[in-house]
Amino acid sequence: MFSLDRWMEVFDTIRRNKLRTALTAISVAWGIFLLVVLLGLGNGLNNGLRYTFRREATNGIWITANKTSLAHSGYDVGRRLVFDNRDYDRARDVQGIDHISSQYFIRGGQFGGGEMLTRRGTKAGLFQINAVRPETIYLVQNEIIAGRFLNESDLADKRKSVVVGRPVVDYLFAPSEPPIGQWIIVAGVPFEIVGVFTDPMGDEQARQLYIPLSTAQIAFHGVDHINSLSFTVGDANAQQAKAITDQVIAGLAERHKFSPDDKQAVRVHNNVEAYERFSKIFLIISIFVVFIGCITLLAGVVGISNIMMIAVKERTKEIGVRKALGATPASIILMITQEAVFLTSIAGLLGLAGGVALLAAIESAAVTEMIRNPAIHIGSGVAAAVFLILAGALAGFFPARAAARVNPIHTLRDE
Amino acid sequence: MLRLDKVNKYYRVGTHSLHALRDVDIEIADGEFVAIMGASGSGKSTLLNILGILDDYDSGEYRLGDTLIRNLSERKAANYRNRFIGFVFQSFNLLPFKTALENIALPLYYQGVTRRKRNQIAAQYLERVGLRDWADHTPSEMSGGQKQRVAIARALISKPRLILADEPTGALDSETSRQIMDLLSEINAAGITILVVTHDSEVAARTRRMIRLKDGLVVSPHDAGASHPQLARQPQTAAES
Repeated sequence: MFSLDRWMEVFDTIRRNKLRTALTAISVAWGIFLLVVLLGLGNGLNNGLRYTFRREATNGIWITANKTSLAHSGYDVGRRLVFDNRDYDRARDVQGIDHISSQYFIRGGQFGGGEMLTRRGTKAGLFQINAVRPETIYLVQNEIIAGRFLNESDLADKRKSVVVGRPVVDYLFAPSEPPIGQWIIVAGVPFEIVGVFTDPMGDEQARQLYIPLSTAQIAFHGVDHINSLSFTVGDANAQQAKAITDQVIAGLAERHKFSPDDKQAVRVHNNVEAYERFSKIFLIISIFVVFIGCITLLAGVVGISNIMMIAVKERTKEIGVRKALGATPASIILMITQEAVFLTSIAGLLGLAGGVALLAAIESAAVTEMIRNPAIHIGSGVAAAVFLILAGALAGFFPARAAARVNPIHTLRDE
Repeated sequence: MLRLDKVNKYYRVGTHSLHALRDVDIEIADGEFVAIMGASGSGKSTLLNILGILDDYDSGEYRLGDTLIRNLSERKAANYRNRFIGFVFQSFNLLPFKTALENIALPLYYQGVTRRKRNQIAAQYLERVGLRDWADHTPSEMSGGQKQRVAIARALISKPRLILADEPTGALDSETSRQIMDLLSEINAAGITILVVTHDSEVAARTRRMIRLKDGLVVSPHDAGASHPQLARQPQTAAES
């Protein structure tokens, strides 16, 4: 059905009716532009959320021993709690737990062992030492870039193995020296480097070392003590995760004689809950954004319909003339619809390009950590454009059809 | 060339039915130059619609040449309009965004003639109505008389058998009216049948035959003239596009 002559006719009409063309184009382009920007920002927020959580497993839960705040079983408040390896064994049997690890805080500090001197030859620095089980790798998002993480043999044989962050390597080693297999002195005890890791949050977060829990318990007078349990819960939802956590805490409370209702006795860091809470907020924001996008699109459609309606109305006389001269209704409908589709397509593409450009600008300007990679799926952009073009076609089609039915004599006579 | 046989047309307005044309019999031979006169509401408009194949009628027969014009599809009607009939209107009805040449060429566009060919032909017709130098002007740059010449050229380009002129001089001064009527007479002299719908008895006087309509009926000339002495004084709209 391609007809060069009809295209010429369409271009001619567009070229000679600049205001009408501009109004239609702006309305369509604006609609698409806003939609693209809104959807892009919505995606950006979502990516931002994921980025915020990227350091820890989003299904991870950390339980750390603390001080009691409720009197229980004859004990007064303020008792400092310490767990041990048997707590780990018991917790491991709790249903719903995927991977479970435990950590010994070498100096009893609240978070990890604090920073201790690590030395190699004449170089020494303070780095955080984590005495953990191999399963910890499932709870952090560290990437092993050389060698391996701790394994079960390290733990079982109480090996002096250490996995170090890249900044530590950079500090202790010359760039040409391979660190794997080298020995370093950690808090006065020699350890052999078996792996190197990086942290997605950046070098500051990788200024750490991981050593086997069992080795630390012996080397640093830990007996069988542990200070924290951490585990992943598969794809459990927040409610299920809470139930699992409660079960683990109940087990701890039973053994260590503190009240399960004591909010201070153990510190719980529940990523499932946090993630789900954030997800909910962001879902609401996303829905809101999509809703506004749809409204915008609808407004765009209404705008196009309006302009098309007026345009066709304005052209009633022209249509009458064309009809009197032998235009079939089909040719009139085709002409107007083709014009509408052409206009909305070009304008839609412009709006799409404008929106994408703004998103790219936002991304490169890096306005806030909250928004990352604000981009739209090419699919949704194209879908929106196709939708608007279709709307433009319909918006042109119905008034055109009505106009094509008009009796020319009525429109052309001056009585 | 054209024959109406007991043609009736009703308009339904709500529950009422308006009998717009009553048993209209008209026969026009090839090459005639005929005026159709009548007051507003006499059925002129309706008759024009039917003759121009823009509207259907309820009973009777309308033959254009050998073709029975009845219950045609929109497509066929458009086709017949394009090939058999040229329209000339009071307010010219040229497309304002097209040049004189393009306006004249438009009927050929709907015949599928190529752009180059139809512009060539249009140039000939433009010359025939004496506007050779105005090809690239848009209607807004032309006088009423010039616009009507362009409209006449446009009506002629598809070589119609019949030209329907609806108050062709209604928006023109008397001198220009005379020139336009001269042009129509000239065209008629070349063998094309022309039907002029008009209020103006001077215009009607330039034709060779008069058909008067009154209340949807064809009446004899002296009859209508007697009962409608106001006809000649009917105010004319001078609305311009």
